Amino acid sequence: MLIWLIIVPVIAAALIGLLKAPGRATALVSATFTLILGVCAFIHTTFCANPCIDCWSTVGNSELWLSLETPLSPIMLLLSVLVTFAAVLGMKAPNKDAERSWAISALMLSTGATGAFISDNIISFYAFHELALIPTFVMIGLYGRGNRRTVAWTATVYLGLASMVLLAGLLMLCSELRAYTFSGIRLAIAQGVVPTSVLVPGLLLAGFGTLVSLFPFHSWAAPAYASAPTPIAMLHAGVLKKFGLYGLFTLAWAMGPVCKDFFGCWNNLLLVLLLGNVLWVGYVTVAQTRLDDMLGNSSVMHMGYIFLAFAAFVASGAGNELAHKGAAMLMLAHGLTIALLFLLTGQIESQTRTLELDSMGGLGRKLPMLGFLFGLAGLASIGLPLLANFAGEFTVFVSCFSGWQPGAATAAQGCDILSSIYGWFEGWMSSIWLIGPVFGWIFGAITGALNTISGWFGGLGPVQLATVFALWGLVISAIYMLRAFRRVFEGNVGLASERATGLSCADIWAAAFLAFFIVLFGVAPFIIF
Amino acid sequence: MIQNLPWLFLLLPLVVSAINWLCFKKCACMAATLSILSAMATFAMCVAYLMGWQTGTPTTYTWMPIMAEGMPSLSVGLLMDPLAMRMMLVVTGIGLLVHIFSLGYMKGDTSNHSRYFAGLSIFMFSMTMIVLADNLAMTFIGWEMVGFSSYLLIGHWFDKASAADAAKKAFITNRVGDFGFLIGILLTLAVFGTLSFGEMGGKAAAIAPAVLSATIICLFCGAVGKSAQFPLHVWLPDAMEGPTPVSALIHAATMVAAGVYMLVRLQVSMGEAAFTDTACTVIATVGAITAVLAALMAVQQDDIKRVLAYSTLSQLGYMVMAVGLLAGEAAMFHLYTHAWFKALLFLGAGAIIVRCHHEQDIWKMGGLSKRMPLTVICFLMGTCALIAIPGFSGFFSKEAILDAALTKNPVFFWVGAAVAALTTFYMARLCLVAFLGEARAHGAAEAREAGPTMLLPLLILSIMAIISGYGFVADGLVPYEGFHAHGFALGLPFYVSMGSLVIGLLLAWAVYGLGKRRQDPLAGNALSTALRKRLYIDDVYDKGLIGFLQGNLARAIELFDNAILHGICTQGAGWLTGRFGKLLTWFQGGILRRYSVVAALGALLFLFLIVSFSFTH
Repeated sequence: MLIWLIIVPVIAAALIGLLKAPGRATALVSATFTLILGVCAFIHTTFCANPCIDCWSTVGNSELWLSLETPLSPIMLLLSVLVTFAAVLGMKAPNKDAERSWAISALMLSTGATGAFISDNIISFYAFHELALIPTFVMIGLYGRGNRRTVAWTATVYLGLASMVLLAGLLMLCSELRAYTFSGIRLAIAQGVVPTSVLVPGLLLAGFGTLVSLFPFHSWAAPAYASAPTPIAMLHAGVLKKFGLYGLFTLAWAMGPVCKDFFGCWNNLLLVLLLGNVLWVGYVTVAQTRLDDMLGNSSVMHMGYIFLAFAAFVASGAGNELAHKGAAMLMLAHGLTIALLFLLTGQIESQTRTLELDSMGGLGRKLPMLGFLFGLAGLASIGLPLLANFAGEFTVFVSCFSGWQPGAATAAQGCDILSSIYGWFEGWMSSIWLIGPVFGWIFGAITGALNTISGWFGGLGPVQLATVFALWGLVISAIYMLRAFRRVFEGNVGLASERATGLSCADIWAAAFLAFFIVLFGVAPFIIF
Repeated sequence: MIQNLPWLFLLLPLVVSAINWLCFKKCACMAATLSILSAMATFAMCVAYLMGWQTGTPTTYTWMPIMAEGMPSLSVGLLMDPLAMRMMLVVTGIGLLVHIFSLGYMKGDTSNHSRYFAGLSIFMFSMTMIVLADNLAMTFIGWEMVGFSSYLLIGHWFDKASAADAAKKAFITNRVGDFGFLIGILLTLAVFGTLSFGEMGGKAAAIAPAVLSATIICLFCGAVGKSAQFPLHVWLPDAMEGPTPVSALIHAATMVAAGVYMLVRLQVSMGEAAFTDTACTVIATVGAITAVLAALMAVQQDDIKRVLAYSTLSQLGYMVMAVGLLAGEAAMFHLYTHAWFKALLFLGAGAIIVRCHHEQDIWKMGGLSKRMPLTVICFLMGTCALIAIPGFSGFFSKEAILDAALTKNPVFFWVGAAVAALTTFYMARLCLVAFLGEARAHGAAEAREAGPTMLLPLLILSIMAIISGYGFVADGLVPYEGFHAHGFALGLPFYVSMGSLVIGLLLAWAVYGLGKRRQDPLAGNALSTALRKRLYIDDVYDKGLIGFLQGNLARAIELFDNAILHGICTQGAGWLTGRFGKLLTWFQGGILRRYSVVAALGALLFLFLIVSFSFTH
């Protein structure tokens, strides 16, 4: 059954490309089909007492082995079909020719993402993602905003490098375990094979991390989203970017308790980096002066929370079910929210012909519906309860404290890349006159401060300490989102807002479609859990 | 089925709000009617439950099933003990009166009334969520939702820059408090093993006091934000940009008291043993600082709503101080009387503002006692209660707090007495200036009595401001299990509070006379300027925190990010690849001579390799 999720969009794309079928309409038919099929698959696997997972799988020895066996697959599939439908519905290309290429790209992008999320075979999992990247670059290069050539070129090369690193990591892992599918890895681990390499998890984290824009590999993301045409930005930021997190979580899930030793070495470093996402990129977001840049960075920032869930998941040896669920919820919620925000940003731009925050204002008076939807999406993204993101974020935070008890110092990890780096750095630094002591003093102060803070709460472990810091992100996100809302929609009606004429029905329906699901999953998160 | 009737407390306002928002966008009178009906229905239900109507325990629903080991599922359930149900009476009662008052207040206003009433309804929903929550997670949900509805309603006139800014400030400042609150909730979950209020009891003894203190102080951070305690008090005076009925309901009577309610709820369910000495000292001190600072700032405010706003801050400080002194009963008593009389004061101020053509400066009022006597009498009732004239409700609850302070820690008692004197002074100043003498501006000269939809709530609230402190009312209504208004005795607290009352009144009379002054004789000096500028705390935040953290620091980080991480690393990768590609094209440029050179070099290399290989083996 799942194979149709791939075949139908490909056929639709071929029809548009080769037979000059009308772009948006054909894509809409295909998106509707995948929507129905995807939702059915989700409902069947989630709600049925004994879901027949094999019924969905493409069984056999084919290399293209699709299945919904991993726990995240149905949820990511749902995200993918929902966002695809909204992206196609809300698509507004400048002309007929452009519309055709936009439609083809959107279909290919979503097919690639969907394929990656339902692939059991690791090579096709990787290949589908690469397939999805191609239309992204082409679309930015052809129809992007601003400095589109440079942006497309930079992002292509950077993500290409990341993919190489990732491929190396995946191949090394597969050859070490002698298994080339997720289920195969699970089987191999169950039979007692233990991956020992320290490098492989590092390669995987760097590769997947770059694709998800983990600090400090994040800076490709915001310019790319700001430049990409609306449906591409929606699909890439909303769906495709979750590929890396999906991969990490699924590998950790497949490894089970072994993942604690496998990824564990890197966990402390990961905690530092994800705080970079939340706090550093958070402040970068605050400093943005354009709406699209702000949203792009905010999406990078929110990835930090999902990495936090991953760190908690790994630290518990894949036993922390809650972290897994919370991450799934947050990925889904973030995907829907950021897609809606990019969709509305596209509409704002077509209305006011600018995205400079300073030149806007008072749009809420001219277009109350747009203001309402943007407010809903913005508040969802900063974690307002009863909207989807809150359920995810709250669960992630709770999961980080699950199993922690005051006084119970966390067992030291056998190896810790962060301390190794520090030790190497210290050894290197201490040979330099004057810098050595200063360096030692600074790091001594930082370590002391962390220990003191942890001591206040009765001895927090690394994950809990990182959670406490990451919570400050709630304040940062409120600052930038409310500031943007204030400048765009409130206050005096600015010159740019005067130009606004009104939204079309398709605009509103596409946005309302996503908004409905944000509210639905927010009010009833038990659907996902 | 019938036992789930209490869920209507939550569902009714939520559904009404959604309907108003989605269906009655253009039909303001329908929206208003629906909202008022929903407020009436919840109020009636609340009264019925307090009269002893029983429907059984409402079902608890699992909101997020959590399958982790040792983790309780996140559920939503209603806790309907006297603390909650009597608090509900305050919320729905004042809520209903404010709904009715809004009809008169918003008449003639051009903004979208449906949005306004939808906002009121969603506020009622959120506040009910806090009051009836049976676990901390649900409290937090309500907590954020009241913040959101407060954001909506402060920013109701969102095209006015000051209103939009005030709404943003309120939300963000509250978020800072919630940062601590959330850490506190996570710690509670870890050390108590539960978030449910019903299961927390008796567990505190087994927990290390240091961890317990940290947990309580973190949870208290939430109250610091929501109840606008120092140092996060800055949002409340700005919140007065919202419509005045909203200020009465949200920023005086109910939402800002949620922090106190939450702390008392924790005290009741965790047991007083959970509130360690360290935590209590922090809480009481913060409350006392807020009470003093806010009372001082109120002395030099000219805007009638701002005087009341600072007075609210100061009274909230009183309540928080009482919580810190482990006198939860006194805190809730004061919360309850304060809710009635402060709502009365705000609604009275609202009526005055509307009738003076939206003039809020007391120095541009004057002589109102002649033009709108009923409103002014109601306002005076509220004032008497606030400054604790014996016989009015505020007197009893303030005595309860002072009593508790004297037995626990005399320092706080004297702080409380000083604040009482200041309170009397600034309220007397307000009344003398605004109500006596001649009208000093056009608006006040044309003022006339408020209409019936505004007067009715004022009258009802005046009655409550007088009688709500007496035992026969208070024993049944004060939100505290087994509350009993104890008879007061002539003792030090009584004499001191009478002393501060008299001092305050005499000082105000000496300075402001009986309405003859045309400007403030205390203004113009450094102290007055400092008080008017809110002791420069807002300036420090604006320049220091906002200007530096969100301005310069954020820009510096952005610059670094852009230059180093993006410019050198990300773009550098692209540049390097491009260069490398150029290098490779040199070999394949289609120039025959270059090809032959490369081929020759290649052949040489090949030869060298073969030769060296054969020599080594």
